[in-house]
Formats: sequence, structure tokens, C-alpha cells
Amino acid sequence: MFTTKLSDWILLAPELFLTAAGLLMLGISVFLSKAREEFLGFVATLSVGITGALLTWVAARPDRKTPILAGSFVVDNFALFFKGLVLLSLLLAILASVRFVGRAPYPGGEYYALLLFSGVGMLFMVSGNNLITIYVALETMALSSYVLAGYFKGEIKSTEAAMKYFILGAFSSGVLLYGLSLVYGVAGKMGLPELAKLLSSTERSNLLMLGILLILAGLLFKIAAVPFHVWTPDVYEGSPTPVAAFFSVGPKVAAYAILARIFYVAFPKFHADWGLVVALVAAATMILGNVAALLQTNVKRLLAYSSIANAGYALLGVLGFSTEWGLWGVLVYLLAYTFMNFGAFTLVILLETKGYAGESVSDFNGLAQRNMPAAMVMLLFLLSLAGIPPTAGFIGKYYLFTAAMKAGYAWLAVLAVVMSAVSLFYYFRIASAMFFSEAAGAKLQSSYTLNAVVLICAVGTLVIGVAPQPFLAVLKSCVLQP
Amino acid sequence: MDFSHIPILSIITYIPLFGALAIVFLLPRENARLIKTVATFIAVLDFVVSLPLWWAFDRARDGYQFVEKASWIPSLGVDYHFGIDGISLVLILLTTLMGVIAIVCSFTAIEQRQKEYYVLLLLLQTFMIGTFCCLDLFLFYVFWEVMLVPMYFLIGVWGGQRRLYAAIKFFLYTLAGSVLMLLGIIALYFYNTTGFLSYKGLGHAPTFAIETMTAVAQQMPANLQIWLFFAFFLGFAIKVPMFPFHTWLPDAHTEAPTAGSVILAAILLKMGTYGFVRFSLPMFPDAVRHPKVVGIMVTLSLIGIVYGAMVTLVQKDMKRLIAYSSVSHLGYVMLGIFALNMAGVQGGILQMINHGISTGALFLLVGIIYERRHTRMISEYGGLAKPMPVFATYFLIMALSSMGLPLLNGFIGEFTILQGAFAKSFWWAFCAATGIVLGAAYLLWLYQRVFFGEVTNPANEKLADLTFREQLTLAPLVILALWIGLYPRPIFDVIRRPSEKIVAIVGGATMEAPAVASRVDEAGGAVPSVSADAPGAVRP
Repeated sequence: MFTTKLSDWILLAPELFLTAAGLLMLGISVFLSKAREEFLGFVATLSVGITGALLTWVAARPDRKTPILAGSFVVDNFALFFKGLVLLSLLLAILASVRFVGRAPYPGGEYYALLLFSGVGMLFMVSGNNLITIYVALETMALSSYVLAGYFKGEIKSTEAAMKYFILGAFSSGVLLYGLSLVYGVAGKMGLPELAKLLSSTERSNLLMLGILLILAGLLFKIAAVPFHVWTPDVYEGSPTPVAAFFSVGPKVAAYAILARIFYVAFPKFHADWGLVVALVAAATMILGNVAALLQTNVKRLLAYSSIANAGYALLGVLGFSTEWGLWGVLVYLLAYTFMNFGAFTLVILLETKGYAGESVSDFNGLAQRNMPAAMVMLLFLLSLAGIPPTAGFIGKYYLFTAAMKAGYAWLAVLAVVMSAVSLFYYFRIASAMFFSEAAGAKLQSSYTLNAVVLICAVGTLVIGVAPQPFLAVLKSCVLQP
Repeated sequence: MDFSHIPILSIITYIPLFGALAIVFLLPRENARLIKTVATFIAVLDFVVSLPLWWAFDRARDGYQFVEKASWIPSLGVDYHFGIDGISLVLILLTTLMGVIAIVCSFTAIEQRQKEYYVLLLLLQTFMIGTFCCLDLFLFYVFWEVMLVPMYFLIGVWGGQRRLYAAIKFFLYTLAGSVLMLLGIIALYFYNTTGFLSYKGLGHAPTFAIETMTAVAQQMPANLQIWLFFAFFLGFAIKVPMFPFHTWLPDAHTEAPTAGSVILAAILLKMGTYGFVRFSLPMFPDAVRHPKVVGIMVTLSLIGIVYGAMVTLVQKDMKRLIAYSSVSHLGYVMLGIFALNMAGVQGGILQMINHGISTGALFLLVGIIYERRHTRMISEYGGLAKPMPVFATYFLIMALSSMGLPLLNGFIGEFTILQGAFAKSFWWAFCAATGIVLGAAYLLWLYQRVFFGEVTNPANEKLADLTFREQLTLAPLVILALWIGLYPRPIFDVIRRPSEKIVAIVGGATMEAPAVASRVDEAGGAVPSVSADAPGAVRP
């Protein structure tokens, strides 16, 4: 059928290495006592670092331009950007987990291994150029995630989160798969470019539309857009916080990558059809995410709804595919979002007092007195999430609003800015708790790894906000070319 | 003085920022005395550095001066672009002066978390000056928004009883307005470049330069201009605040610490009126000229004047009273601006300064008495003239200035505005004049209740009069009030050119030169009698 050259495997080096590292992790952990699990964190960090190095090596190779493995795997700039982002969120997740894995009464080896495996899935997802590859990669990622959500297997909430995530996730995968099969049924092709070529001469048919709609629904579930968002707050609340932080960035980012690739490469012709659906979903997502977040008292749930709202903003960029701003905006926003959202979650991890249990907003009371630098960086993340300049969040939102205006969705842009003003109210509930309330605990101790995560996120949030030009220029070259 | 080789505006803008950073990283939290000294030094330094601008500024030149430009985000066409005209000049000088006063007046009032307090005041200072210096819309928006953050904390941490409510209300209201302005900016951007919705773009290179954007916006079709006018309007009107967007103001003012109220009244509110003068008028002349738009603006201003004054009349809390009087006073400014003639616009700009001086001083005075008695209720006082004669004198001067008594600054501003309004419509001037009567009523009545008669409350008998430091904060404002009241010409000279330009754009061309103007000119050498129908005419 198709032949594989050796050079194909060279381009797969980062993925292959990360898989090997995950397996190695399982192997080593057998010989390590619970007390020495910090070493595993170190190994995991190192493997992500090496994967990153391999990625830059691959990026520099001229032969990456042509798709490999019979056209099912591409290493274009777009994929490289998302691979970088996936590795970044993996790195942050591992660093943020070291302290909690050490404290938790469960083996750490499988935890890190699962993180790395889900990373492998994402690396494949963002390169997938073929419906089957994309689906299999997505499942690799998802299956590891389900287990991660239930890592605290003795705790009811964690188990519930895993169960919910699994059932709804499996259901959505089914929906996605059904959509893929319908599209395949109509077109008879699996590769995205071939699909595009074929569909450009195919008439619009109900069957095809149904297929596209089901694919869209499946992917909207993964990015937690309304009405497929219900799992998010429960899963974030029940999962260990570092896992929730990871879920809020890594898998979402990867899902955006395939959403963009499938719809941009294969279905641009039917933009008018899916555009309206996406517009309505974006509107509903922004409204529901923001309004529901107003009512939350648990920070993890609040951040869950905030991440739903953010998914709504990012959909504005998806809508603007046809303009130069759309995809560019999505990339800028996802980069900003990874830093600021993970940063905010890390502060929750830092404050964690009752094991993994959900943290209430009042736990932030008087943080300014307990640990001023922590309160300051949290403020930075909140400002960025609310889109106040000069932060990364502002630049990202600016792009998305611009994309919506350019694509002719002025009403959505108005809704988006109004909603982003509303969001300030709940973000600043945390800010006011930190600065205006009396301290509820002693001085707050951090750990080196958590400090590192917070520092990376804070620097990212601030630098992209103040000096965005280098990032914007690079990201522009990462936009998918038609 | 030649500033062509020094980025003087950036220096003025960032002195407080770097000062604040120095305080954060170098000074120990425990040594409050040192922190106060350093903060004062930084503010004074900033003021001293900004003063030479007054002399170096070329009043005869059109356009922006002391321009600095560097590329910031080329991908978007955003530049770091600073420069000032006469309007920004006076506002910047007012800001640097108020910065010093705000810090000095807080020495005894603020007793906790002093380090953070002075850091925030200095940060706020940087953001305010930056807003006035910006010649790039994107950069302007950045400063405009980020300014809210320090103010939010000043109100929320050091404010009164309902500070949390007031702080978030302040932030949400102003943010809600400005995000719509952001969409307006994006629309302008696309109109200049590739177009959006059904509007065909002009195909120019992307830019946010205010001068270019202004020229571009003027070419837009009238309906788009009106849309964008209202997008910007919301941002500015909430900040001013115009009726009916004023409800955040009494809360924010009342709950803020004294320095916060002073800055809020003197500078932050001016951002809104400044926005109208700098952006709304020159950018959307067709919208601004539209009779319906003028009707709405003037009606809202007049309601603001009269309603604001009437609400002021019934306040029991001194600080709240002065806060509401701001609604009324800013109504005058807006009325003047939307008279769209020379007298109106110039009067509006002058009144911005005047309101900053008078109301800022009144908030200082209320803060001083609050520090002594920890109450702001008027009924708690009475006969204060006896124990505090100096305080009573300052209060009287400032109250008179605020109500527009001749020889003091308020008179010149209000008179010029009324002149501009009268030239447009008798009824506008009539309604506005009612507000002046009410203004005299609430201030004199306040004065009578607080200062005259016997000391009725024994707690007030032994009140100490003003200290030297307190007088130091008030004296410059009194001097300014007298100076503008007696000889306003220097200020008019500075703001004449930009005002002429604005009036020429919005087509006050059909206006007669207000006859009264020349009379004042003869009397006090005050109002320039440049006839508005000769835009750009060079004064002999």
C-alpha cells in the first residue's frame, strides 16, 4: 500500500522519544520507593526537555515540508507551534505536580507516564493530516486523561470526575467517529487535502452536512463549548488540581489544533454552513461561561467556567478562518491562555490545604499579607484573563475581537467585549479576597518547582503583553496556508 | 529650552513608575517615614521636570510638540507615539501638581500598608500622564485601561465603609464603557486598511496614529461615524461621568481615601472630557454636527447640570455633596464642548482645569476635617469658623471658586461656556444658568451649616486649625484659582490653537464670534476673541 522511508521515522523522533520516556518512567518507578519519587519528576521534566530539543531539530530539517506516512502526518509550522505549546503545558503540568505527587498516597510513576502518554497523543493530534490518524491520536490523549482525572482512586470526587469524563468523553468520541464515517461515506477519502479536493467538486448534501455537524459536535465537546461543557466544572473540581490545570490547557489546545485543521483544510467550502453554528455556539459559550462563573464560590469551578468562557472567545478566531486574523488570533490567544490560565491554576495548587479538595474563593483571603509576591502574580493572571492591558490576555483578546469584526460578526464582537467586562467581576472577587480581606492563615510556603511554574507563566503573560511583536511575527508564520 | 533631543514626555511619564519600582524593591516596609519622603521627592521631581514644558511649548505652532515615536508592535501597526498639544499640556501640568498634593495630603491620613499606598499613587500618576501624552490609539487604550487598576486598589484597600462595592462598581462601569470603545478603535483600524462588514476600506497601511486616524475617520460615511461616535461616547461618557452614567461617581468618591478623591476629581474625570475633545469631536464631525446627536449630548449635559445640582442640595454627607457637585460641573464642560464653537470648547477645556482645582481642593478640605473628627456628616458640624479660622478661609475661597464667583477661576470657565451655549440657544444658557444658581445655593448652604453660628457640637470646640503641611497642599490651588480668575489669558493662549482646529473641523464655521467674548477680553484680558468663522486665523 504505502512505503515508509527511514527519513519518515526521523521526523517522528520527538513523538517516539516521548513514548519511550513514558515507558521508561513506568519501568523506573518499580524500583523507587515513595520517598524518592521526586526523581521521577526530574526524569519527566528532562524527557520533555529532550523532546523539545528534538522538536527544534526536526523544525530545522528541510525535509519536514512533505507529509510523511502516506500523507497522514505533517510537520508544518502550524503543527510545530502546537507541539511546542503541548510540550509547554506538559512541562508546566509536571513541574506543578512534583509536590502533590510526593504527598499523595498513590504511585507517582504511572502518573507521570500517563501525563507523557497523553502528551504523545496530543503531539500526534496536532500533526494529524488524516481523519483516522486524528481520531486515534485523540483517543490516545483522551484515555490517558480519563485515568489521570481519577488518580485519587480512593476519593469519591476524583472517581466521579473520572467516570463523568470517561462516559461523556467516550460518547463524544462516538459522535465524532460517526461524523468521520459519514464524511468518509460521502467522499471515500480519509486524507484532509484529498477530502478538500474532492469536496470542492461535491454538491452540498444532507448526509455530508450531518457528518460535518457531528464532527463539530465531537470537537466542541473537547474544547468544552456550550452545550457540550457540562463535564468541565465537575471534572476540574474532582481531579487533582495539577491535572485540572493540565486539562484546561493541553488537551484543549490540541483540540483547537484539529478543529482548525479539519475545518480549515477539509471543509472551507462549507464555511457558510458551519459558520452560523459556530457563531451561535460561541455566543452561548461566552454568555453561559461568564454568567455561571459569577455564581461560583469554588475557585476550581470558577476557573472551569472561566475556561469555558475562554473557549467561547477563541471560537471567534475559528469563525474568522477566512481572514488573515482568524487563525492568527487563535494561535496568539492560545499561547496567552496557556500561560495565564495555568498560572492561575498554579496559585490554587499553591494554596491547597485539604489534599486535593476544591478550594473556595475565601481561601484566597488575605493572600497579600501571607505572601505578597504570590498575590501579585495572581493579580497579573487575573488581569490577563480579564483582558486588561498590558498583559498577554489583552493582546490575545484584541486579536480575537479583531477577527470577529473582520469576519463580519460585529454582534459577536460586541457580545464578547461586554462579556469580558462581566468576567472582571468574578476574577476580581479573587483579587479583592487577596488584597482587601484579612489573612486566614500563616505565611505561605511555596516549593521550587511551583515557583518555577509561576515564574514561567508570569514572565510569559507579561512579556507577551508588553513586547508582543516577536511572538506575533513567529505566530503569523505558523498560520495554516490554504 | 530645547527638548528636541530628550524624550521629555517619556521622562515625565516614567519618573513615577521607576520611583514606584525603587520603593518596592529598595525601601523596607517598616520605615514609613522614608517611604513618604522618597514618594514626595519623586512626585516633586516629576512636577519640576514637567514645569519647563510650559515655557518650551510653542503656542503659535499647530500640531503636536515634543513628539517621540518608535515602533512598538509593527504587526499591528502600533507605535509608541507620544506628543502633546496645548490641551494635553495643561492637563499634564495639572496631573503632576496634583500628584504631589495627593501624596503630601496622605501623610497622616493613611496609617496602614503605607508602602503599597504610595507605590499605587505613583503608578497611577504614570498611567495618567501617559494617557494624556499618547498619540497612538492603541497605546492610549492601554494606558486608559491600566489606569483603572491602581485606582481600584486605592479605593478598595484604603477606602471607607462600602469600599469593596465602590471599588468594583468603579472598575466595572468604566471598563464596560471602554471595551466598546475598543471595538470602535478596531472598526477605525479596518476602515483605514482593508474594510469590514459592508464598508470598503481605504487600503492604507495599518496604523493607530491619532492624526491619521482622525483624518481617516472624518471621511467615513455619516452612519458609520454615528455608530463609532456612540462606541467612543460610552467609553468617555461613563468616565466624565455624564448623566445617566454617573451613578458610580458618588460611591467611588465617597468611599475613596482623600487622595483618591482628589485624583479622581481632578484628573480621572478629565480623561472623559479629554476623550471627547481629542477623539470624538475631531474624528466624527458629521456625527457630532448631527442635530439629533447634539440634541442628545446637550440634553444630557443640561440634565446633568440641573439634576446634579438638585441632588447635591439634599446631601447630608459633605464628601457625597461635593461628589454630586462634580456631576453638575462636568455637565458644564460637556455643554461647552458640544456648543461646538470657540467659546464653548475653550470654556469647556478651561473648566476642566478649574474643576480639577476647585473640587480637588474641596475634597482635600473635607479630608482634613474628616481626619480630625472621623465623620463627614454636615449635621455633626457647625460654627467651625471659630476653632478653625484658617480652614474656614480656605474653604470659603474654594467654595466661591467652585460656584463661579468673579475674580476666581470658576467664573471664567462657566462664563465662557455660557457664552458659547448662549450663542447656540438661549434655552441652553438659561438652563445652565439655573445650575449656577443652584450651585451657589448648595455651596453657600453647606458653608453656612458647617462654619457659621455657634459651635453646637462640643466635639468641635477644640479642633486644631490647619497645620503647615495641610496649608502647603492647599496654597498652590488657591494661587492657581486666583491666577486663572484674574488673568486667564496664558491658559487660553495655550489651548487656543488646538481648540481652533477642533472647532474648524466640527464646523462651528457658521457661528458668530460671541460678542460677549470681547467684553471679557477688554475687562480681564481674558477670552480670545478669535472669531470662530475664520478657522486657523492667525491672531495678530
